Amino acid sequence: MCLGIPGRVEEVWEADGTRMATVDFSGIRKEVCLAYVPDVVVGDYTIIHVGFALTRLDEASALETLALFREAGLLDQELGTA
Amino acid sequence: MRPTTSSAASTGRHWRAVDGATAVTTTPLDPENWSCPVPLRDHPTIVMGHGGGGRLGAELIEHLFLPAFGGTGSILAQLGDAAVVQAGAARLAFSTDSFVVRPRFFPGGNLGDLAVNGTVNDVAMTGAVPLFLSAGFVLEEGLALDELGILAQTMGAAARRAGVEVVAGDTKVVDAGHGDGAYITTAGVGLIAPGVDLGPHRVQPDDVVLVSGPIGLHGIAVLSVRDGFEFGSEILSDTAPLNGLVAALLAAGVDVHMMRDPTRGGVAAILNEIAASSDTGVEIVERSVPVPEPVSAACSLLGLDPLEVANEGRLVAFVGRDDADHALEVLRSDPLGVGATAIGQVVAEHAGVVVARTGIGGTRVVDFPLSEQLPRIC
Amino acid sequence: MKYLDEFADPELARGLLDDIARTVTRPWSIMEVCGGQTHTIIRNGIDQLLPDDVTLIHGPGCPVCVTPLETIDRALAIAARPEVIFCTFGDMARVPGSNGDLLSVKAAGGDVRLVYSPLDAVHLARQFPEREVVFFAIGFETTAPANAMTVHMARRLELTNFSLLVSHVLVPPAMTAILEAPRRRVQGFLAAGHVCTVMGMAQYVPLVERYQVPIVVTGFEPLDVLEGIRRVLAQLEEGRAELENAYPRAVSFEGNPTARRVVDEVFEVCDRQWRGIGLIPRSGWRLAPAFAEFDAEQRFDVGSIVAEESPRCRSGEVLQGHITPPQCEAFGTECTPRSPLGAPMVSSEGACAAYYQFRRLNGPALASS
Repeated sequence: MCLGIPGRVEEVWEADGTRMATVDFSGIRKEVCLAYVPDVVVGDYTIIHVGFALTRLDEASALETLALFREAGLLDQELGTA
Repeated sequence: MRPTTSSAASTGRHWRAVDGATAVTTTPLDPENWSCPVPLRDHPTIVMGHGGGGRLGAELIEHLFLPAFGGTGSILAQLGDAAVVQAGAARLAFSTDSFVVRPRFFPGGNLGDLAVNGTVNDVAMTGAVPLFLSAGFVLEEGLALDELGILAQTMGAAARRAGVEVVAGDTKVVDAGHGDGAYITTAGVGLIAPGVDLGPHRVQPDDVVLVSGPIGLHGIAVLSVRDGFEFGSEILSDTAPLNGLVAALLAAGVDVHMMRDPTRGGVAAILNEIAASSDTGVEIVERSVPVPEPVSAACSLLGLDPLEVANEGRLVAFVGRDDADHALEVLRSDPLGVGATAIGQVVAEHAGVVVARTGIGGTRVVDFPLSEQLPRIC
Repeated sequence: MKYLDEFADPELARGLLDDIARTVTRPWSIMEVCGGQTHTIIRNGIDQLLPDDVTLIHGPGCPVCVTPLETIDRALAIAARPEVIFCTFGDMARVPGSNGDLLSVKAAGGDVRLVYSPLDAVHLARQFPEREVVFFAIGFETTAPANAMTVHMARRLELTNFSLLVSHVLVPPAMTAILEAPRRRVQGFLAAGHVCTVMGMAQYVPLVERYQVPIVVTGFEPLDVLEGIRRVLAQLEEGRAELENAYPRAVSFEGNPTARRVVDEVFEVCDRQWRGIGLIPRSGWRLAPAFAEFDAEQRFDVGSIVAEESPRCRSGEVLQGHITPPQCEAFGTECTPRSPLGAPMVSSEGACAAYYQFRRLNGPALASS
């Protein structure tokens, strides 16, 4: 459940009173609804699920998470258990 | 629309061919002996999955067509892309294919391109030099002549590019509402040179599996313009004739054992078919499989597996290990083989099963696709 | 940063796996609730990479698997009506009802259309005002906001030919049911990341406290799933029971209040039958009375539905983790992906289909390792 894919917001407009966007996924472009993420702007990355953006992806948080992963690996090297 | 000659709807178990005034009774179908076709037992009709290049289609051939046309010992039973037949002193490859793609025009090509290249490729995969094509058209009343003109011009250009000649044809028209625009069937014949012997019997453990370029382009190109799933993309179908690549490989004396073009059902279907028919195992390395980023993104978006997406201008080759580098060199020197790369190998273990080493080093079984791929949300 | 390849990095995966191997000292059973996570696990071979002591139980987090049989039958009946254009996600197209599936209805002439988004169904309703467009609104909390928005749109566009067949299911009640079961094997949970993107994390606090189980909100890329597993195992080994967020780039504690507001307006909580499991009280959403005009269940009288599950199918026990698929007598014989008796064999992330893939391998997984 919940096939949500990260994509980059390229263009934003309004249609029938609803905020819509073109989102780019590495060269694939899809029209999605931004109604649930009013603070998302062009350049932001969002998670798209069945044509709707559900959240803004936080880059700082992502980098932090990756750093944590790296640490987990390093710890094993230091302990000689890797 | 149900075929009017079938009585399957009423009896659910038997099928009789009715030929004009004389009723020809054939052997009744015995769905009980199919591999547990629950859907078919309850609904004895054709479903879309039968055309998907996967397991459902294979069953239809094995249990419905083969018994009617010749049984297990026949040439048909070998079920290659093309049949290899002896005609006097000559060895011919003979194949047919029907083309029903919708929409008929897609980024990178149209129905006409597929109709020529598809059959040229099926013939070429046996190692034959494709020579002649026939083309049959089933046209729906109301089809624009302009469009038909474009399709025909496209086919002519594709045939010239492939070096084959369309020598026979036929046209039928069906009532409006009964034909979905245009269906094209092509048959092709080619000549196999002496000494050329490709097929599952030649596939051995240690063989290297090569693909001639990036995969998934055709299927995604078509999906990008199909109702319900349209998305913007720059992806173009890879439809192309592969007989040039085949000829180059054979001329260079490469130790090719078998080749197939991964159309419907994708690379996954091909590898499974070959593993089964050669009774070997196949292992691929996912990171080695060339998938263009937009194809990967489209597959992620729709929940598809790139290995199951159709290609119309790629070949998968099984070559002797010692000749793999040579094969890649030959492929890469042709514009259609620029992205050729090794993706795996044949092994003696797990005969009939295709296994992949995943991106993070795990293992997964790459199964024979059941039928057509359905985009998912989960 | 594109948020995809970075979270599938093989070196980082190796680091996480090594850390897991170092951490585990005895057997543990973890359940991932979300089918999307099951899919990642199978697709990447994660369960093959974990230490033998770690058992992953694939939970009922796949709406395909748990949509009640009666609802499927109702969908089939509605889709067969000549005036209806029946729109569905691809996942549901091959799920067996009592007699056939949506694809067989299509084969018999029904207008069944696979769509990517419920918005596509709204477009069809505008395009074909003379037809009745019905959208099969299944899914967990993640999909509900999308489905809810279409109801708002339909109202704003004054569409009279659009309706939803609703069968939403909720994660926390399902987890509660699993935790309450007498034969509970599950010791820790990976919570569904995108469900939490919408709903936030508050609903899991009482579960952690009452049942003293680790719950880690987890994402869907390979590294995310490995990290979720790593954190649950760390808690189990250390005797902790906490609610953690391992997917902070997409999940906040409060979730998405805008989405929840719309969902609260359009849907109301109801009891829900989970296929194979049974009735779980207050575990579903249906359309609120104010939106009854968009309820396909009320709009189409398809007579009484008598749902007949295959007596041989033990999917309920599988979905709750009581048995593994190979322990079912029908597994691999009568029930295969080709001819499924129940939903977990159909779904690409169903537990039965997952096990079925690997039964074809004997001995070492890869000859070339």
